[in-house]
Amino acid sequence: MSEEVIQKEPLFSPKNKRLIFNPLSKENPITVQVLGICSALAVTAKLEPAVVMSISVLAVLAIANVLISLLRNTIPPRIRIIVQLVVIASLVILVDQVLKAFAYDVSKQLSVFVGLIITNCIIMGRLEAFAMGNKPWPAFLDGIGNALGYAWILIVVAFFRELLGSGTIWGYPIMETLGLYKLGYENNGFMILPPMALIVVGIIIWIQRARDKELIED
Amino acid sequence: MFSNRYIFIYSSVMVIIVAAILSSAAMFLKPYQERNIRTEKIMDILKSVNIETTKKNAEELYARYIVEEYALSLDGEIVSIFRDNNFEKGNIRAFDINLKAELGKEDQLKAGKGTDEPCFPFYVCNKDGKNYYIIPLRGKGLWGPVWGNIALEEDFKTVYGVTFGHKGETPGLGAEIANTDFQEQFFGKTIFNDNFDFTSVKVVKGGAAMLPPAEQIHGVDAISGGTITSNAVSDMLFDCLKNYVPYIEDQVKK
Repeated sequence: MSEEVIQKEPLFSPKNKRLIFNPLSKENPITVQVLGICSALAVTAKLEPAVVMSISVLAVLAIANVLISLLRNTIPPRIRIIVQLVVIASLVILVDQVLKAFAYDVSKQLSVFVGLIITNCIIMGRLEAFAMGNKPWPAFLDGIGNALGYAWILIVVAFFRELLGSGTIWGYPIMETLGLYKLGYENNGFMILPPMALIVVGIIIWIQRARDKELIED
Repeated sequence: MFSNRYIFIYSSVMVIIVAAILSSAAMFLKPYQERNIRTEKIMDILKSVNIETTKKNAEELYARYIVEEYALSLDGEIVSIFRDNNFEKGNIRAFDINLKAELGKEDQLKAGKGTDEPCFPFYVCNKDGKNYYIIPLRGKGLWGPVWGNIALEEDFKTVYGVTFGHKGETPGLGAEIANTDFQEQFFGKTIFNDNFDFTSVKVVKGGAAMLPPAEQIHGVDAISGGTITSNAVSDMLFDCLKNYVPYIEDQVKK
């Protein structure tokens, strides 16, 4: 009796783990690849829209990556960009409709930016660079990893902008509770404006590169 | 390689599947979305009489404070009255009137093209024993529609409160009309002068202080850098309020 052992790759092999964790730091879509900056500036004035935006991008990117990866051998190369766009656009419309139904206030705050997930370079980039050439499971992990890489930057930026700009965290008036206004502290209205998002992202990039010398280009 | 035939069939099938998924999702989610829009409309109406609501208690507070809904014709006739969940007259509920369509009918009528009589919504709110009259507004902003509600006091001329909303005015400039700082300027202004001639409330570029002293009670400051949106609010107030002038004059004479 011959036993044939099929060598199966474990679900979370070191290679697969890298797919999730690299985009968080060394290959971060925002701070290293500088993609998706537009939405990162626009929706980070408050924490709540930033978190909803992150979840939306996570859902779209993970599902789109899996779908494209499943279809990858049937997609004719000549129309592959169109197919990718159709998949992304329909997912984004679904997300937009669901938000309008169940998170109406946030969907009004995010307004056009949900629709603009379609043009977010991170998503097209991952589909074209990764999902077209890999199996569904790694593609799923890659989608999750990149979306999380995008998400944590958004949330950190939104945290500081909301805290310093409005004196609140998730709507909770933290500065007032601490009694800082009585000591003469004032909110910095400049933090709410988009340019400050750019500066906060810049500071994150600065810290990241100071700690990881590999990222510094000559 | 893939043949042209394959590509055509592939894309057709893909488009049909996607269309089916999206349209069924839209159908399934529509009731939820419409409920949100309805709640927002209620919250907006109540906010114009300075009643703060949350999503949960909006329906309940609306039923408590809004005692009557009228539909008015252009000549100031009452077409229908809706009170205590019953039609006392006619069958048009003010809340269900699509103001955009009615304003369109009015334009058609004026241009001599249409014959449809428009009718306009009018709400009576009873708060702390006093009546307030709420008139919905709609107009054209710089990038898209602007809308709002204006509440008048019992004398039919003093502004008690306003709300404004917009689809996509420029953030930081035109979009400031949705801010309370801008809206609070309207409180206490009047839309009629002492002789009860209709003046509306004007949004004045350079500030209401530019007006002659007698007219300052009919003007508020425009937003710097948001002139077109400010003018749009001015026009919207004039165009929408003028339709109620015959009715209000009737009421005041009584």
